[in-house]
Amino acid sequence: MQFKEQDFDVIVVGAGHAGCEAALAAARLGLSTCLFTINLDTIAQLSCNPAIGGLAKGHLVREIDALGGEMAHITDKAGIQFRMLNLSKGPAVWSLRAQADRAMYRGIMKATLETQQNLVLKQAMIEKIVTEDGRIRGVTNSLGISYGAMAVIITTGTFLKGLIHIGLDNFQAGRAGEFASVGLSDSLALQGFKLGRLKTGTPPRLDARSIDFSKTVPQYGDEPPSPFSYSTQKITNPQLPCYITYTNPATHEIIRSGLDRSPLYSGKIQGIGPRYCPSIEDKIVRFSEKERHQVFLEPEGLETAEYYANGISTSLPYDIQVRLVRSIAGLEDAVIMRPAYAIEYDFVYPTQVKHSLETKAVEGLFLAGQINGTSGYEEAAAQGLMAGINAAMKLKGMEPFILGREEAYIGVLIDDLVTKGTREPYRMFTSRAEYRLLLRNDNADFRLMEKGHEIGLISGSMIEKFRERKALLDEELIRLRTERIKPGLELNDSLEALGTTAITEDTLLEKLLKRPEVKYPFIREKAPASSVLSQEIEQLVEINVKYEGYIQRQVEVAAKLKKYELKKIPEKFDYKATPGLSREIVEKLTEVRPETIGQALRIPGITPAAVSIILVAVEGFWRRTAKP
Amino acid sequence: MNFPDDTIAAVSTPQGEGGIGIVRLSGKDSFRMVLHIFNASRSRTGPDAGSRKIIHGFITDPSTSEKVDEVLVTFMQAPRTYTREDVVEINCHGGMMPLRRILFLVLAQGARLAEPGEFTRRAFLNGRIDLSQAEAVIDIIRAKTEQSEKVALQQLEGRLSAEITGLRNSVTELCVLVEAYIDFPEDEVEVPERDDMTASIKAVEDRIHVLSKSFDEGRLYRDGAAMAIVGKPNVGKSSLMNALLKKERAIVTELPGTTRDIIEEGLNIRGLPVRIMDTAGIREAHDLAEAEGVKRSLGAIEGADIVLAVFDAGRTFDHADRHVIEKVRNKRTILVINKCDIINPEFDCSESEFDSHPCVKISAKTGDGLDDLKEKIVAGLISDSAPAGQEAAAGLLVTNIRHKGLLDSALASMLQARETLVKNEPLEVTALLLRESLNSLGEIVGAVTTDDILDRIFAGFCIGK
Repeated sequence: MQFKEQDFDVIVVGAGHAGCEAALAAARLGLSTCLFTINLDTIAQLSCNPAIGGLAKGHLVREIDALGGEMAHITDKAGIQFRMLNLSKGPAVWSLRAQADRAMYRGIMKATLETQQNLVLKQAMIEKIVTEDGRIRGVTNSLGISYGAMAVIITTGTFLKGLIHIGLDNFQAGRAGEFASVGLSDSLALQGFKLGRLKTGTPPRLDARSIDFSKTVPQYGDEPPSPFSYSTQKITNPQLPCYITYTNPATHEIIRSGLDRSPLYSGKIQGIGPRYCPSIEDKIVRFSEKERHQVFLEPEGLETAEYYANGISTSLPYDIQVRLVRSIAGLEDAVIMRPAYAIEYDFVYPTQVKHSLETKAVEGLFLAGQINGTSGYEEAAAQGLMAGINAAMKLKGMEPFILGREEAYIGVLIDDLVTKGTREPYRMFTSRAEYRLLLRNDNADFRLMEKGHEIGLISGSMIEKFRERKALLDEELIRLRTERIKPGLELNDSLEALGTTAITEDTLLEKLLKRPEVKYPFIREKAPASSVLSQEIEQLVEINVKYEGYIQRQVEVAAKLKKYELKKIPEKFDYKATPGLSREIVEKLTEVRPETIGQALRIPGITPAAVSIILVAVEGFWRRTAKP
Repeated sequence: MNFPDDTIAAVSTPQGEGGIGIVRLSGKDSFRMVLHIFNASRSRTGPDAGSRKIIHGFITDPSTSEKVDEVLVTFMQAPRTYTREDVVEINCHGGMMPLRRILFLVLAQGARLAEPGEFTRRAFLNGRIDLSQAEAVIDIIRAKTEQSEKVALQQLEGRLSAEITGLRNSVTELCVLVEAYIDFPEDEVEVPERDDMTASIKAVEDRIHVLSKSFDEGRLYRDGAAMAIVGKPNVGKSSLMNALLKKERAIVTELPGTTRDIIEEGLNIRGLPVRIMDTAGIREAHDLAEAEGVKRSLGAIEGADIVLAVFDAGRTFDHADRHVIEKVRNKRTILVINKCDIINPEFDCSESEFDSHPCVKISAKTGDGLDDLKEKIVAGLISDSAPAGQEAAAGLLVTNIRHKGLLDSALASMLQARETLVKNEPLEVTALLLRESLNSLGEIVGAVTTDDILDRIFAGFCIGK
């Protein structure tokens, strides 16, 4: 049937974490938006573990919040356990992680979408993108019904030609129990996109009634729980613990006995899996000397008996799954409610998209999430938000919104993808950020909220609250830099009690706080500020003072490198016609098509000498084109 | 990491022994950097004297106050310069030694060694060179890069490259420990032991230190060492030189003060090229020519890597000898007591001045003691060998100034990294400094990327809860 139902400004294909953020951002920026999903009941599904955040991922969630995205709000509302990780380490690498009620998360996101102005939700399988002269025109669904749009954002997750493996059995599916999307993959290939294949996996879900929790160790969340979002006042859900148990030599023996029916080791699975999230069989094979591996039993929600057995993701056959689960302490009688499986899916090599997440080949077509080779809800949501914003920018005729590596993990994420590409599902780690001390969990609002406001996703009242926080911080920092404390018997006794030395003359508060032994509460007690500071501000003050030297150092390096970022390379620049570049380097540059000299510098294998030559050649190009 | 508007410096005359050589700087800090090491002979110094004026003076090492060379310096204010930035040119006496020393002093002031062709690149980017010459500019960059890469490759011979690669691997391992601990708090990754890490860092530091120090020795092998023979008149300086050269080269007479010019000869001692400078005797001059000779002798002492101060065993130690010792006080020196073949030596070497330097008794006439002297010359030039436990680095020579600079930055970062551990600062700060060090080493033997570190984490730790 050929029928054109309607035109939109923006169409989003896929309603996972990327799609939801993209659709919300576009609609909130005033564009008529349609969000398509294969199944309206699995919007914002937490397909793998029921947790949001964690190292570097938590940073992403805070950044999404500071830019006006939704993930943090919903996690706060659906969260059933919150833990700040890495508290034993320095504040730059503290990271919040929450367990979420899966059904609640879905429900709240769906309600948010359904109440959003300018946004339409439709259940349909999109099979084709429609283009004209290299520009996107719209999409067509499996019934042949077409929709027009000036911008299309594709966020298909694991659905593109998804193939599920359980043992040697496999079948097409986007997720367990859901249809795969086959046509869209071919449509993208027809447009000239180079597609690859990735793999990921998930563990079995167990029935709580069949678990003996007394044989496991509970792990509770923080009390009180701290939220992700700057706008959340209080976490109201009841909080639940997770439980830790371990595999044992018997488990490992069972796994080994099933390896001959493993799709991973028999070569059935072609896609490349994430090494940071290996299946249990992979762990046993690669680390055979380890006698046990951790298993975290994570509640899937307040009103379900399902438990997620984190740590035993597998694609082994079902009979092996049952035996391996039951060999684990506490799980002797466990009932598997949903089997573990591995899934292979298509992705688009991300060097084919720009920093704005618009594809280079088709104008107005944006890609976000797993289709760009990433893994993780947070990585997906971050890209979705950026794609939504940039689709809006494009339609409004404005410059794309691009974050630098020194500004946000989001900047690192996208720059890595479009510059280096990826071979395995890309996950964020703090070690990927060269400006780790600048990109902290505690200062996401300072880094990004003004930008979010400028874009139009952060409300006036939110930004006012932020500016109040900023004023308090600045005021206190100035006070510490100017106010001195007098030496006194009582003060010196306290200092010595902390294991540091007494002071003999009037001392700047800042200098005192710089001592490793002195924390902010000491200052609060001995020389309080005129206004009462929240814990977050106190923490920011302390970090700013204690890390000043290192932070300054990173700021300076970033500022110097920024000059390379500002040197733009023309989109159609002809590297082949540039003398002095080796064939290998020409190939790399032509593949990635760096947007700036700064990006060119980060392409693996590009030498300083090559960059030197490009600098000259690009300058030549601009001067030539500037001439009448 | 190189930044687009760093102040850059390079020797801008061809390699080899030229009549004069030029060290050139470009960038906003170039005036300040040069003024810090330059003493003009007249009071009006530097840019105040006016752009493009040639100013006479001396380059002095600010850390030791030692005069390095007599130079002519031109300060040229932006934009009317080759690069359209502030430019300074230091004309010095040529010979690779002073040139390199001045370049090193400039780098110590914070200048960065220019990339090949960078002056020309800047001239072009700043609009000084016209568009029609863009391709010519690229050719220059390309040619210079090829040339410098060739030289660098030659200078990074197999064993040296292996040692630096080894160091890079050690630092990578440290990064892996710290990064795994930071990024995977729930994966049973052990806490890196601060004491172990401190010890590992120290071991790497020691190895880098040996390499970095070898640069000075490497310079001697490459450029040759300058050795001055000094002493009061008629102690047998020229005889000693001839004995070392095994030929009659310098004019030897009984008449004191025969040698008035500095006589230079090349010699090879244990594979080390040494230029010997025979000098006029140091004493109160009787005529103008002699006075000039004495003045030059003092100059030779200044320019030498090592000095042989010669004394006559047949004569008593007098104020002229004391004067000689005075002149070499702060110099690497060997005290040579010549004419030890004499039956009745008058010379008393129990003087306290003789404690300050190694001392050798020889006879230039019979050749006695010459082997001992050569031994001490080599030992004096090539300072203490590698400390125990660093055999890998022993005997390796870093000869490329860029390599030396990178090793020094790597070393500085490692030192700071160790400090953060001692001071109990958070490990992410240590990680930052380890990465800096890794980047510097990577610029010599190939970069280690975040992906490489992650690869090793996933290979070494069972990650993934």
